[in-house]
Amino acid sequence: MVDISAQPGTSFRLSMLLYDRRYRSMTIQVIVFILVMAAGWWLVDNTIRNLQALGKDFNFGFLFQRAGYDIPSPPIPYNSDDTHLRAAIVGLLNTVIVSFLGCIAATILGIAVGVARLSNNWLFARLMTVYVEMFRNIPLLLWILIVYAIFTEVLPPPNAYRGENPAASMILFDNVALTNRYTAIPTLGLTNDPGHLDLGYRITVDWATIAFAVVLIGGWFIRKAVLNWAQRVQDATGDRPVTWWINLGIMLVPSLLLIWYFGLHLIPPELKGFNFVGGLNVQNGFVALWLALTLYTGAFIAEIVRGGILAVSKGQTEAAYALGLRPNKTMKLVILPQALRVIIPPLISQYLNLTKNSSLAIAVGYMDLRGTLGGTTLNQTGRELEAILLMMLIYLALSLLISGGMNIYNSRVKLKER
Amino acid sequence: MSDIHAQDVAFVRDSMIPESPPPQRQAGVVKWLRENLFSGPVNTVLTILGLLIIWYLVSHFWDWFAHSVWNAESLAQCREIIAATWGEGARGACWAVIRERWHQYMFGFYPPALYFRPVMAFGFLMVALAPVLFSESLRIRRYVLIVTAIATLALMLLLKAPAGWLAFATAVFAAALWLAERQVARLLVFSALYPLLGVWLLWGGSLWGPIMVLGAIGLGWLAWRLLVGLSPLVAMIAGVAVTVGLLMFLVGPAADDAESLLSLSIIPVASDQFGGFLLSITIGVAGIALSLPLGIILALARRSDMFLVHTLAVVFIEFIRGVPLISLLFVASLLLNYFLPPGTNFDIILRVIIMVTLFAAAYMAEVIRGGLAALPRGQYEAADALGLDYWKAQRLIILPQALKISIPGIVSTFIGMFKDTTLVVFVGLFDPLKGISDFVRANFAWKGIYWEPFIFVGAIFFIICFSMSRYSMYLERRLRREHR
Amino acid sequence: MKKSVFLGSVAALAAVTGGAAMAAEGDTLKAVKDRGELICGVNTGLVGFAAPDASGNWTGFDVAVCKAVAAAVLGDPNKVKYVPTTGQTRFTALSSGEVDVLARNSTWTYSRDTDLKLDFIGVNYYDGQGFMVRKDLGVTSAKELDGATICIQTGTTTELNLADYFKANNMSYQPVNIDSNAEGEQQYMAGACDAYTTDASGLAATRAAFADPENHIILPEIISKEPLGPAVRHGDNNWGDIVRWTLNALIAAEEYGVTSTNIEELATNSENPEVQRLLGASDELGAMMGLDKDWAKRAILASGNYGEIFAKTIGEETPIGLARGLNAQWTQGGLLYAPPFR
Repeated sequence: MVDISAQPGTSFRLSMLLYDRRYRSMTIQVIVFILVMAAGWWLVDNTIRNLQALGKDFNFGFLFQRAGYDIPSPPIPYNSDDTHLRAAIVGLLNTVIVSFLGCIAATILGIAVGVARLSNNWLFARLMTVYVEMFRNIPLLLWILIVYAIFTEVLPPPNAYRGENPAASMILFDNVALTNRYTAIPTLGLTNDPGHLDLGYRITVDWATIAFAVVLIGGWFIRKAVLNWAQRVQDATGDRPVTWWINLGIMLVPSLLLIWYFGLHLIPPELKGFNFVGGLNVQNGFVALWLALTLYTGAFIAEIVRGGILAVSKGQTEAAYALGLRPNKTMKLVILPQALRVIIPPLISQYLNLTKNSSLAIAVGYMDLRGTLGGTTLNQTGRELEAILLMMLIYLALSLLISGGMNIYNSRVKLKER
Repeated sequence: MSDIHAQDVAFVRDSMIPESPPPQRQAGVVKWLRENLFSGPVNTVLTILGLLIIWYLVSHFWDWFAHSVWNAESLAQCREIIAATWGEGARGACWAVIRERWHQYMFGFYPPALYFRPVMAFGFLMVALAPVLFSESLRIRRYVLIVTAIATLALMLLLKAPAGWLAFATAVFAAALWLAERQVARLLVFSALYPLLGVWLLWGGSLWGPIMVLGAIGLGWLAWRLLVGLSPLVAMIAGVAVTVGLLMFLVGPAADDAESLLSLSIIPVASDQFGGFLLSITIGVAGIALSLPLGIILALARRSDMFLVHTLAVVFIEFIRGVPLISLLFVASLLLNYFLPPGTNFDIILRVIIMVTLFAAAYMAEVIRGGLAALPRGQYEAADALGLDYWKAQRLIILPQALKISIPGIVSTFIGMFKDTTLVVFVGLFDPLKGISDFVRANFAWKGIYWEPFIFVGAIFFIICFSMSRYSMYLERRLRREHR
Repeated sequence: MKKSVFLGSVAALAAVTGGAAMAAEGDTLKAVKDRGELICGVNTGLVGFAAPDASGNWTGFDVAVCKAVAAAVLGDPNKVKYVPTTGQTRFTALSSGEVDVLARNSTWTYSRDTDLKLDFIGVNYYDGQGFMVRKDLGVTSAKELDGATICIQTGTTTELNLADYFKANNMSYQPVNIDSNAEGEQQYMAGACDAYTTDASGLAATRAAFADPENHIILPEIISKEPLGPAVRHGDNNWGDIVRWTLNALIAAEEYGVTSTNIEELATNSENPEVQRLLGASDELGAMMGLDKDWAKRAILASGNYGEIFAKTIGEETPIGLARGLNAQWTQGGLLYAPPFR
């Protein structure tokens, strides 16, 4: 019996680390590992020495100190006595709110414009092309500044609404006031208020909100079941029962009942003292940022949508027409499902871009994560290392969450390969 | 059967009626309008909507544009002139601010006598890009080079450049044109030298610095050449080590010594004098140029089957792509000094360029990875079949093709970066959009002027970005055709 | 210098060593002298205090301090590189060694002096936070601002003072956060905020720049103490001394009537022993901090004594039109009091 490993010529030589394919990749990885570790150690060591030289330390204790500054219209209760941590959370929520609303609006706008650019209306298609090219080729910061400047320079100040013969008047049946500080919109009031659920940390949720959410989500599931039933009936008999009124009823009737029960009504804003009170004042910084992000990202999404639709071969449309499908059915059943596969991956990166670009809130004084944790908190405490690293980690987590979520959706619409 | 005539059968016609013109509704303008604007109720509504939008915009902005004032010393004076010329309450644009401050929007605080140097640097940039961006068509290349040469020389004349520099620029352009006609590949040598030349023109100082850096790179290349037969990996490490070692320890003193022997110095300009579009373009171009090698390495690493290398590349790329550029700029301005050895300190522009480079490298890696993936599998197999090792295969076969496919993507990345350079205002640099404008508005004379600077700067950004994006789309179409 | 400018820009690699090496710890004076240039952190643009003119030359009240220090240390008031810093970046720029001295109307507070590891070397302007409102608003006291919208610069002490003041007086307000003074003016002028709050000097400077200053009033309440002063890094006491005593020299010069016009004359034939010591006619005071004997003379010559600088940049003759007030000499009922040169 011969021991294979003892064969002459296969004994290990040092040079094999470099020349033998089996070992070389190991060698390279070890070298890379050592280099990366060394670089990491070098950075950490430098940081420690620099911190020592400055007499500073690295700790996140500042997050639990009193913040001392105010944030306009925080989404959760907040005042200057709260901690920096709570201020950072308020900022994070503001970032999430503007990004979320921006993504939704940009998607709607982008789809509309992308389709409009392909429309056979010469004028409108050209107009949309001008919009897309204008917004794609000029920095976002300029758009934010312009939209913000339009708000502050063109809209009237609140006191223009004052007096016997005011210079400005409220719109939508005296419910909405556009001012150069905020847009005052009505809030919802309850005459029969069931109180609220206390989640701790001074965060509360109205029972009424919960009731509406339950009703709507429940309605959604029932609607799905109804559609399934309709499909089954269609499969069995070939006739599809008319379901729209059932669905409408499921969604509407309980909601209307709830509105009646709680006595839901609008509380319009009214001018009192310096400002409108009673309603909800949506800060212009927020609106300007949201609008600029929407218009800017919408232009990019429009191009993606257009590209996606163009990528579906013309034969598909013609085949659908040949089957007797009407244009909107063709779009819904044939073109869009195919186009979506092309559209979604770049759409994800646009959502990510929008979220990251929301950090330009700095230009309009909207207190997002960068404005609180990476702005005022950093300034007041002088903890730039901790604050910025933490801020970057939060943004990173947000990005990973978005791309993770969207990737799940992507894999669902992806062509099932057989 | 054959004797049946038209006369016998009522429904067969044997003589044609004369051709008549199409009905009015089916010809000319009317037909076009009907088909393109009013083909259905939806389209009609859209057309009317479009016309309304145009009318709204024109009616709101026309008189403002029409009442433009170009000669004034302050906003107040502008308003007086507008009121005097077009009556009380008239609105008008005050372009006088651009007329008076255009040089700051363009060059920041660069010494006015030296404006020709950045102009020359950017003129040469087009020459350096010619063999890369415009390699496809001789006609376009010729056109671009001639226009660039004329524009650059004319601007230099206007900016009162000294005759020596004019002659130098003329010579460079003439040589480039000649090379571009005959041997484009030779022009690549100029592209390779350009970074040093550009840096020297912009920042000034001694020419010995660039020469010594060149020498260091040359020696590194020599080391690589000598050892490459032994092992490509060792050769590469040795080459890099030699270059870096020389740069770190020898280049500075050697340049100083040479300078003291023979002075080849032009007036130095410190980074803090950069501003406006000069700053934007410098950061953008430097970021892209420096990120290219890093991006290639990252892209190759991400495609590598070595687990550790692949993972590191993914982590780096996803980290950079997951955070906003503005946070990286804050790192440049607030944190970079923590990460470097105590006592190291370089100016904020350089720190910003470093962070922008890292930022661009992550995006660049993804673009190049796309190029690598788009390359037909056969190319890799052919390289293997020829017995080329990994680096030879990459260098001779894969990368040249992959990079060529990636050019449109690289241009798009540059457009994005160039637009993003406006964010440097938040770390206290004078970008053209907000930095310079805020500075202009800090002056009593121009307090309260908003729209004119916005429009001016926006228009320049639009022209640059739009033409670049159009060109990259053209390249993309061309590449797609070639691949069929 | 040339080398560092060039190499610093070639590549990060080269810059690790080639970049101008400079001491975050250690000897700032030596670093400044080797560099041949003082790096001074200033405001990005506040008329009167620090703003570049059309050709990029910096002028202003804070800039004058930089010039005086440069003149004292390097002999030339123009050898200053100005680094514009925002409210965000100013203290980091100083503590990281990017600037040698920060003269950016920064308030001297306890936590900045201790926790942020800065050394405020004195006060060059005694300020306080105030409010500016339109006259037609009919407000005469800050106590009437309940519910108002107020423009406030983020990252400043004024933000905290404002929160404290309204809380203490049990009033509410809506803050509009702004990034720079220019933006604050824009918002205030457009009526996007009822009141603009910042240091009273800044309010005066802002109001002076309006087309209709008579339609705006600065409310009588001063809600905080804002001693503004130049700052240096912790740890280099000699450098701190140099900046501190340069400022003191400017203040003392005014007290003793030394101006940029009569300084040459006084340097040779002044009777006052304190002036003699200050101007280097008798004792070698400069040597104690590593400078020559004419340091104070050059510092005063750079842009004049404290009074001259004040009058030239923010005084009543300028559009900003600030009265001396608290910033008069102690002999005139103000707070300026330079310790003896001895």
